[in-house]
Amino acid sequence: MEEIIQHFINGLSIGSIYSLIALGYTMVYGILQMINFAHSEVYMMGAFFAYYSAKFLNLEKSPSYSTLIIILVITMILCSLLALTIEKFAYRPLRKQPKLNVLITAIGVSLFLQYFAQIIFGADPKVFPNLINNQLLFEVGGVSINTFDVTILGVSLLSMLGLHFLVYHTKMGQGMRAVSHNPAVASILGINVNRTIALTFIAGSSLAGIGSVLVGIKYQKIEPLMGTMIGLKAFVAAVLGGIGSIAGAVVGGLVLGISEVLVVVYGSSQYRDALAFGILIFILLFKPAGIFGKNTIEKV
Amino acid sequence: MRSVHFLKLFFLSLLILSSCTKKEDVILVGEYGSLTGDDATFGISTNKGIKMAFDEINSKGGIKGKKIKLITEDDQGKNEETAKVVTRLITQDKVMALLGEVASSRSIIAAPIAQKNGIPMISPSSTAPEVTEKGDHIFRVCFLDPFQGYVMAKFATENLKAKKAAVLRKNGDTYSEGLANVFAAEFKKFGGEVVADLSYQPKDMDFKTQLTEFKAKKPDVIFIPGYYTDVGMIAQQVKQLEIKVTLLGGDGWDSPKLHEVGKEAINGHYFSNHYTTESTSPIVVEFIKNFKQRYNNEVPDGLAALGYDAAKILADAMTRTKDLTSKNIRDELAKTKDFVGVTGNITINDQRNAVKSAVVVQVENEKRKYVTTVAP
Repeated sequence: MEEIIQHFINGLSIGSIYSLIALGYTMVYGILQMINFAHSEVYMMGAFFAYYSAKFLNLEKSPSYSTLIIILVITMILCSLLALTIEKFAYRPLRKQPKLNVLITAIGVSLFLQYFAQIIFGADPKVFPNLINNQLLFEVGGVSINTFDVTILGVSLLSMLGLHFLVYHTKMGQGMRAVSHNPAVASILGINVNRTIALTFIAGSSLAGIGSVLVGIKYQKIEPLMGTMIGLKAFVAAVLGGIGSIAGAVVGGLVLGISEVLVVVYGSSQYRDALAFGILIFILLFKPAGIFGKNTIEKV
Repeated sequence: MRSVHFLKLFFLSLLILSSCTKKEDVILVGEYGSLTGDDATFGISTNKGIKMAFDEINSKGGIKGKKIKLITEDDQGKNEETAKVVTRLITQDKVMALLGEVASSRSIIAAPIAQKNGIPMISPSSTAPEVTEKGDHIFRVCFLDPFQGYVMAKFATENLKAKKAAVLRKNGDTYSEGLANVFAAEFKKFGGEVVADLSYQPKDMDFKTQLTEFKAKKPDVIFIPGYYTDVGMIAQQVKQLEIKVTLLGGDGWDSPKLHEVGKEAINGHYFSNHYTTESTSPIVVEFIKNFKQRYNNEVPDGLAALGYDAAKILADAMTRTKDLTSKNIRDELAKTKDFVGVTGNITINDQRNAVKSAVVVQVENEKRKYVTTVAP
């Protein structure tokens, strides 16, 4: 029993990080109908932004929640700027082109950032600074819950709630939903489409930045290729939940995180990555719209 | 007029270039290793050891009046880069002998290339048995995985009185799988029980699932034959899950970065290694003194010591040859006997492996505390 709870907590903690990144995929898809494969590299760059800003501000020696918040804010801003740059120079010029062109560009941007980061930061892993202290908070029936677990779950939950508020309870969010529904009509009704798309990129990449700081805190190791696998997993999570759906991305991430843990426990770690892509194929074959997606009829 | 100038410059530069590549007065030796990438400290340490050895030899007049020139290539710790850089060293740079790699997986990729081209290759620290089985041009100056697995199984049962052990191996890694298999088999032979044997994937960062499984089985020791970044993270997560257990490992742990990643969570755990900095033998003391002087007070790890020994053994074989050809160097390398190295006395046996003993050390902050020596 004690093990099952511990497995569940481990799965929840990795799953919530998948969710944070999956949200970025889902939002951009919802608005532009394109998969932003460079999103995982924004996440990777986020980890390095956090690493260097902690070094530069000399915060690594003073772990506390205020340190964490400062680094989170800096990382969110820098990630947003990066994503906006990518949007402005790589995606916006292609907005009127076929979707495939943008998709290929996204893959190109992703590879560019991976190798750019290897040149700038070096290919060897860096050790992420301690932003908060890890302590044992409490033990329930032999299961130890520590600060890291609680912080990761808390921060991801707060950011997801923040996103929910932004999308469903603000004027900007209303605009986002309108643009995702029909950009042409939305612009006729006076919504600034470019600004709305920019906001979507800011929201999505801020969440990726938060995710990267949480991963840095939890695992300590960051490197230029860290985005590849987690990005693919988050993408699977987004498709699983129904791409374009915010609730779907959250649920998809958590389901994927927990099922991966179970596969390692009852199968073997070799099957773990296969599971994610198995899910992807299964979903695309039998319920292409995902758990929360609505089936739409394409007009020919 | 300008074109004449250009032609002049062109021929001048050709002249300069050709004088650079003149091979009569230097002996070219190639080295490939992970100077960047996941296991970067392995490559960097080895490189430091090799450079120091060759500089010592060159400052004493070189070999047969010629200086040794080392050409180092970075394989980024990637299997797919290794074949490329090794081929370049042999076919383009035309090196006479090769030194490398630390990671067995990558030595196994390079060995057939060296063998095919008739270039002798010495691996400073690849411990997987397959490496030297690739052909009669492939040598090594370290002990083998079966021996390391045996050493740790013996140490666990005899010194730590462990009854139950768990194994956490890196899937698909020659070094890790080899060590894990031998440890499990030897531990059973010593009367212990292997309660769990799980694997993780390359690039994994979350080991909590496997560790939670271990926690339930209550092992006395967990054997982790991985490299330092993985091990550091595993140690941290062992601590976070509040598992009371001793961690054991092999020479893949030996890096100054082990402590940087693992922090205080790694303290008190044991691994088998090639040499100990606490040794009082004059050659080791001298080596550590010179190394610290040269590299900014850095204490050499086992890989630097092995790199140094590999380079010295190569130079020793070169001195004994009649004339310097790759073939002659190979033949002399095979005859190496009782060579006094930093990592012990090295004799190359007929499988081209070094026969020598291992030490077990305990991690204590950045220090490696000497615990015991196990002879083959």
